[in-house]
Amino acid sequence: MMREIGIKNIEELYADIPEKYRLKKPLNLPEKGLTEFELRKHVEKLLSKNKTFDDCAPFLGAGCWPHYVPAVVKEIVSRSELLTAYTPYQPEISQGMLQALFEYQSMICELTGMEVANCSMYDWASALGEAARMAARIKGRNEILVPEIISPERIAALNAYAEPAGISVNKVGYHAENGQVDLEDLKRKISDKTAAVYIENPSYLGFIETQAEEIGKEAHAHNAIFISGIDPTSLGILKPPNEYDADITIGEAQPLGNTMGFGGPLLGILACRDDMTLIRQMPGRIIGATTTLDGAHQGFCMTLQTREQHIRREKATSNICSNEALCGVASAVYMALLGPEGLRELGETIIYNTNYALKLLSEMGGVKAPVFKSACFKEFTVNFDQTGLTVREINEKLLQHQIHGGKDVSKEFPELGETALYCVTEIHSKGQIDRLTATLQKIVERR
Amino acid sequence: MMFRQARWDEPVIFALGKKGRRGHLIPTAEQEIRNRTGDACELVPESMRRSSKLGLPELSEVEVVRHFTRLSEMNYGVDSGLYPLGSCTMKYNPKIDELLANLPSFTALHPYQDETTVQGVLGILYKLERWLAELTGTCEVCLQPSAGAHGEFLGALLMHAYHKSNGNCRKRTEIIVPDSAHGTNPASATMAGFKVLVVQSDDDGCVDLDALKAAVSERTAGLMLTNPNTLGLFEKNIEEIAETVHSAGGLLYYDGANLNPLLGKARPGDMGFDIVHINIHKTFGTPHGGGGPGAGPVGVSKEFCEFLPVPRITFDGESYHLDYERPSSVGKIRGFYGNAAVLLKAYAYILSLGFEGLKEVAEISVLNANYLKKKLENVKGLALPYDAGRPRKHECVFSAKPLKSDTGVSALNVAKRLLDYGLHSPTVYFPQIVDEALMIEPTETFEKEEIDRFVNALQRICEEAYTNPENVLTAPHNTAVSRLDEVKASHPRTMALSWRMHQKKNRPNLQMS
Repeated sequence: MMREIGIKNIEELYADIPEKYRLKKPLNLPEKGLTEFELRKHVEKLLSKNKTFDDCAPFLGAGCWPHYVPAVVKEIVSRSELLTAYTPYQPEISQGMLQALFEYQSMICELTGMEVANCSMYDWASALGEAARMAARIKGRNEILVPEIISPERIAALNAYAEPAGISVNKVGYHAENGQVDLEDLKRKISDKTAAVYIENPSYLGFIETQAEEIGKEAHAHNAIFISGIDPTSLGILKPPNEYDADITIGEAQPLGNTMGFGGPLLGILACRDDMTLIRQMPGRIIGATTTLDGAHQGFCMTLQTREQHIRREKATSNICSNEALCGVASAVYMALLGPEGLRELGETIIYNTNYALKLLSEMGGVKAPVFKSACFKEFTVNFDQTGLTVREINEKLLQHQIHGGKDVSKEFPELGETALYCVTEIHSKGQIDRLTATLQKIVERR
Repeated sequence: MMFRQARWDEPVIFALGKKGRRGHLIPTAEQEIRNRTGDACELVPESMRRSSKLGLPELSEVEVVRHFTRLSEMNYGVDSGLYPLGSCTMKYNPKIDELLANLPSFTALHPYQDETTVQGVLGILYKLERWLAELTGTCEVCLQPSAGAHGEFLGALLMHAYHKSNGNCRKRTEIIVPDSAHGTNPASATMAGFKVLVVQSDDDGCVDLDALKAAVSERTAGLMLTNPNTLGLFEKNIEEIAETVHSAGGLLYYDGANLNPLLGKARPGDMGFDIVHINIHKTFGTPHGGGGPGAGPVGVSKEFCEFLPVPRITFDGESYHLDYERPSSVGKIRGFYGNAAVLLKAYAYILSLGFEGLKEVAEISVLNANYLKKKLENVKGLALPYDAGRPRKHECVFSAKPLKSDTGVSALNVAKRLLDYGLHSPTVYFPQIVDEALMIEPTETFEKEEIDRFVNALQRICEEAYTNPENVLTAPHNTAVSRLDEVKASHPRTMALSWRMHQKKNRPNLQMS
């Protein structure tokens, strides 16, 4: 090849890089590569320093949740024709990926009741940022109202996305007794500057927001967009957002067939109603059904690309191009495996287990669970003020019993005292929940 | 070599299966639990109970497997053959890296686990940050961005934070990008609140220094630059470019899409770049997954470290920690710490190659691109614009303009015909400064024989354009479907962006069985 090019040394191909910038000495990296065997041993050894408890998944959620991933899901997303493909720029040779993503979008629509979904955002947090910007563009307004009870990850990302667009993020208070959005506060704060009102269901602290419909009405009465944030595992039993008139639905689809993997990759949902004013302002890639030019066969391709950066550049609706497509395929496979009955059962098992854990904890004495008098799904708060122990101390003791306790939210919500956010899913058995509560009881009593 | 892609005419999944079928059973709550809690229905407040039935398909496990297996057979990946999309660096994705990222000792980790229980993964991420900093010549690296464009957005936020800390954010409102820049650059700059100023390229395909000098001012926040640029050319005036931007008080941002040819050979940090993003899914061999997940870490020089997103991974000599106490931080641009699974694969990639191996990656990628350039230079119908005599780095951009004016066959037609050979097409119509562009990046992955197969195919297609243009104009013929109606797909009347929308409009686009 060098002969063909007419060079004697590959360095000649680098001759146009100014001498002063060319590296002369090795960098501070391992000099030589490892063999595959050595690499495997090395990484396995490092990873073995992590503590995962085979006999008990963590009681941790808060934006990334432990669920079972069926073997079929891993098998499909390991197919190298899907795994090693690029974004389907040439649709004729990429029909597999395109159809799978169309099916992902379609099944997300079935769950949420929306009619259009994009084929993924990075995660829920960035989806919130993009949804706020989308609403601001549509309404030409510069404020989003969000519930005061919101994940610190999501509010931080929302701020980062909103600030450069001149969008102010304002919080609506909650009722101390039940955590529900304070409608009076919403009415005070909403105005003709409000581009969107955002709620979460279930909320960050696990309780179900029951006034979704009223909040939506309030938003629409002020000509603002109503955005709902959801956990898709709840939608087999919870009312879908279209039934309380959400215009845009966002959320996190990691629980549908994707492992936790230390928090990434995740899978952001962004969906909306069939309304061209909304659709034209959507960020991200959207796959559509079409036919071959001769009309003889069905086919799929990327649509509405004139919204996107590679065509519109600085006028694009977003800069996103690489997304979480393969995680979307995993979710499509997961939803197809479960079907309508499976999704309902998933929701039921989760809400049974959640309430069982709550029941044991509320009967235990010394702790208060849940902090808010509202129904919970998958997550709930436990307050330890009466124990005289901090959440941190409790979690350290739980760890000695091979249990990952709930997330410490006492810094995020100082008004809640020493409170932790516990998560129980379909993979937590009765035995594990019993062991958690028994261990907590011991810790509390032994103090 | 003949290629025939599978053609399954596979119905949309909603048209498959039968009522009552199940592909996977969920563990049901134990009876004792139900006895204690009462009925599930009663556990949901009435106003929030679902009453409508879910419209998901009902399939058995084997039906689901067969459906998606058939779909995968109608797709093409790097493992299928050459995938020379320019600026995408479609290289081989080592299988061992996949295996490692799928170990339960990693996949089962929750991001909020106690620090003491995630020392292994924190150590890997910390080490990866150090290696990426070393390779890019930067001081610290943040792993949070999920993709290249996400890194660019962070980079632009960092520029804003820097100017703000110097009391200049109101003044420094413009970001300059060359006309050859990736579309993400202007889009990211706009997202971060900046105005975009475009500078022309010179006749030799590099940034026009005079135009740049005229563009910089006290309003300049920074310049976003890809080097080597999207023509595959190293910006030879990089020293003067950096000097021009810096002396005007602006910053230099490095778009890392084209970092591959520089690995171990030269570093953006040494060239004066202040902020650098890295496309892990391009340069460090992680699969692109048909669109993602990727990862777009950002490296910065010293002055910018305080602004990086939280948490930062720190090491006290004994153990690793997540540090949130960074008062000047721009905050967070997504949840948690980044696409850890993708980053773990990059760690394995670097370890399996070492410094010597990475340098070889760069060299072979450049050798392959220049071999390709040489072999295609004399193909009738193709032209090589911009300083044809200069070596390219990782990619070369040909123009099919002569072919189009001679035969009516466009770059798009050539791209489609390439698919018939079982080859993926190059990037087409980009960069926009080349008419009928074919942007070709072979990467270091492919051996001479596969590159020759591509060269021969392209040669034959150009010949065919002169002898039997119809066959090229109507390509592809051997793929799962023939040319698609993309206008129909985007027209409000025929648009079907979901099964629901398709049903509602009652469009006959989709096969029912």
